[in-house]
Amino acid sequence: MKAQATPVGGKLLTPTMKGLLILAGIAVILLVWRFAAGLGAVTNLSDGYPWGLWIAFDVVTGTALGCGGYAVALLVYAFNKGKYHPLVRSALLASALGYTLGAIGVLIDVGRVWWTWKLPLFFWTWNLSSIQLEVALCIMLYTFVLWIELSPAFLEQWAKGPDSFLKRFAAAATPRITRAMPWLIALGMLLPTMHQSSLGNMILLAGPKLHPLWYTTWIPFLFLVSCIGMGYGVTIMETMISRTVYKRPRETHVLAGLSDAMVVVLLAFVVIRMGDMIWQGKLEYVLAFDRMSVLFLLEILLHLVPALMLMNKAKRTDRTYLFRASLMIVFGGALYRFSAYWFAFQPGEHWSYFPAIPEILITVGLVAFEIAAYIVIIKRFPILTGRPPAAAKA
Amino acid sequence: MNISRRGALKVAALGAVAATGVREAEARERPVPPEDATGMLYDSTLCIGCKACVAACRRANELTLERDSTLYDDSVDLTGHTANIIKLHQGDEGYAFVKQQCMHCVDPACASACMMGSFQKRENGIVTWVPDKCIGCRYCQIACPFDVPKFEWDSPLPRMVKCQMCLDKAGGQEPGQLRDGVDPACCEVCPREAVIYGDYEELKAEAQARLDANPERYNPRVYGLDDLGGTQVLYLAPAGVEFSDLGLPEYGPESVPHTPVGLQHKIYKGFVAPVALYAVLAGLTWRSRRQADAEAGQEVAT
Ligand code: SF4
Ligand code: SF4
Ligand code: SF4
Repeated sequence: MKAQATPVGGKLLTPTMKGLLILAGIAVILLVWRFAAGLGAVTNLSDGYPWGLWIAFDVVTGTALGCGGYAVALLVYAFNKGKYHPLVRSALLASALGYTLGAIGVLIDVGRVWWTWKLPLFFWTWNLSSIQLEVALCIMLYTFVLWIELSPAFLEQWAKGPDSFLKRFAAAATPRITRAMPWLIALGMLLPTMHQSSLGNMILLAGPKLHPLWYTTWIPFLFLVSCIGMGYGVTIMETMISRTVYKRPRETHVLAGLSDAMVVVLLAFVVIRMGDMIWQGKLEYVLAFDRMSVLFLLEILLHLVPALMLMNKAKRTDRTYLFRASLMIVFGGALYRFSAYWFAFQPGEHWSYFPAIPEILITVGLVAFEIAAYIVIIKRFPILTGRPPAAAKA
Repeated sequence: MNISRRGALKVAALGAVAATGVREAEARERPVPPEDATGMLYDSTLCIGCKACVAACRRANELTLERDSTLYDDSVDLTGHTANIIKLHQGDEGYAFVKQQCMHCVDPACASACMMGSFQKRENGIVTWVPDKCIGCRYCQIACPFDVPKFEWDSPLPRMVKCQMCLDKAGGQEPGQLRDGVDPACCEVCPREAVIYGDYEELKAEAQARLDANPERYNPRVYGLDDLGGTQVLYLAPAGVEFSDLGLPEYGPESVPHTPVGLQHKIYKGFVAPVALYAVLAGLTWRSRRQADAEAGQEVAT
């Protein structure tokens, strides 16, 4: 299947775009305040809850939402399923943006941002016991790898443009990137395997502060399979939305084909998650039907129900049905991450946390910026495959 | 073709990298206090709650008062302004004071959390924070089971604040090393010698001697001997008062980093698993792209 990607074209400054830019602008103003006055001024974070929305959503959930590129690459390259190739580019774009968002989230969240440049460079002071070190370095490197993996989309476009610096750059860079690509693709599958699993292990250092239902040495495996499931879920949603909005072939049959892979990872999650709790003798927590037990059961349901839905081969080619299942997967994965990094983190009765308004607005602004960047890039660069119908011509 | 089953196998193979450590996380050795370890012993039965130690700590570490507007030191908890605090426990059996500061853990969670080693265990086992590598990620706060490191939330240039065992006091030669014969500020000012500084082994013996001499006066246990992997600050409590009442958690002898760090080391042992996985993934990618090239005649990158 050979599907050529083309830019969508069209006006950039639509009303939607203006709305997104306003939201992003609000976040920028709040960020000035955050850096001038300190974290206490804009967040509800405290010594009891040193991590909040920004870590739980922007970083931990955001990067998992950015696992579409990883999950699709696994299928196309590791499992040799070429028919999913049309999904690669748009999944990579969403991933590159998701990881960039996560990286920006970290830079906003850390208190002493002026020393962060030392982290990748001062290797002789690296603490090799720090799980977070591995996560941080991997995420940095992977964000970089994602943009390079995506770069042919930019290079192709520049190569077609008028003679300029960019055109010459594209001509020089393209052969090199093409040659390096297999190594980069493999790196692009290795790095998420490493840091998404470590991201799970990382929160085990909360030790007794982490609720027993989330404290398990299987957590690296669970975080890994759950990010792959989320990757497929997000890719389906993103593909459906972008192709509906920009009138491209919907590829529903290709998307429905992802179901098999999804069923595998979702069931792996449910079986290990549940089995582990039984094995550890934590059923009393599961069946306590208090707040944490309800969250746990909800998490299981949000993985089990879409798995069962997608096992129905007849119905899953229905777009609405497939979209619903994907949405559930994404919510399930997000809930698992929010629980591990927020709800199940229990520093003691006298502490409580709910994000402050500016804190929420900064996250909203970041997401708005991400969507805006997505729209600009698919309009100007060849990301989406398939010819647009004549009516939707640029 | 049964994609699901084959898929499951491959997913399991990838996941195995992440899960191999599950069984043998125990492989990590349990750290012990260094030979010339120092520490503190706090005896709640001697403390009169005068808070001279709180004021002395504030002076020694140049920490400002909790609130500018107040005439006296009214801090109630460890914060970015307060590295040492006296708290009062009131129960049916009477009352008891407790002093809180960094416990200088034998296997410090803060130090295993910190990416570039801003938190470090020094030669004498004292755990210190140095500012020049800290990026303020606050993972140390997530990790510390005693909730000790505190962040300066109200500052655009925040630091992590905690007891450093008066590391620079009176020009100690090494960070974390007091000059011979100099005590940390709190131990120096305490009118009752309720908190004393010294050689860790000697403090252990002293604590036991006090228990033996006056068994009816004390809770029969010394807190910190092996709680959470052991702490270099030891505690004695009055008879009838539980350590958990004093805010010293009963979590058993395993340190917080033991399981997760053991698991991480196991998975990444010698970096063999990532390298092997990379080789496999590169091989698979090469195969799949060659096949695609053959099918398409020409192939656009990605
Ligand atoms: S009490 Fe907390 S801050 Fe102090 S050494 Fe132990 S883990 Fe580190
Ligand atoms: S906040 Fe600073 S000291 Fe604490 S873990 Fe992060 S870098 Fe280390
Ligand atoms: S100075 Fe001594 S007696 Fe006074 S509060 Fe501190 S430990 Fe207790």
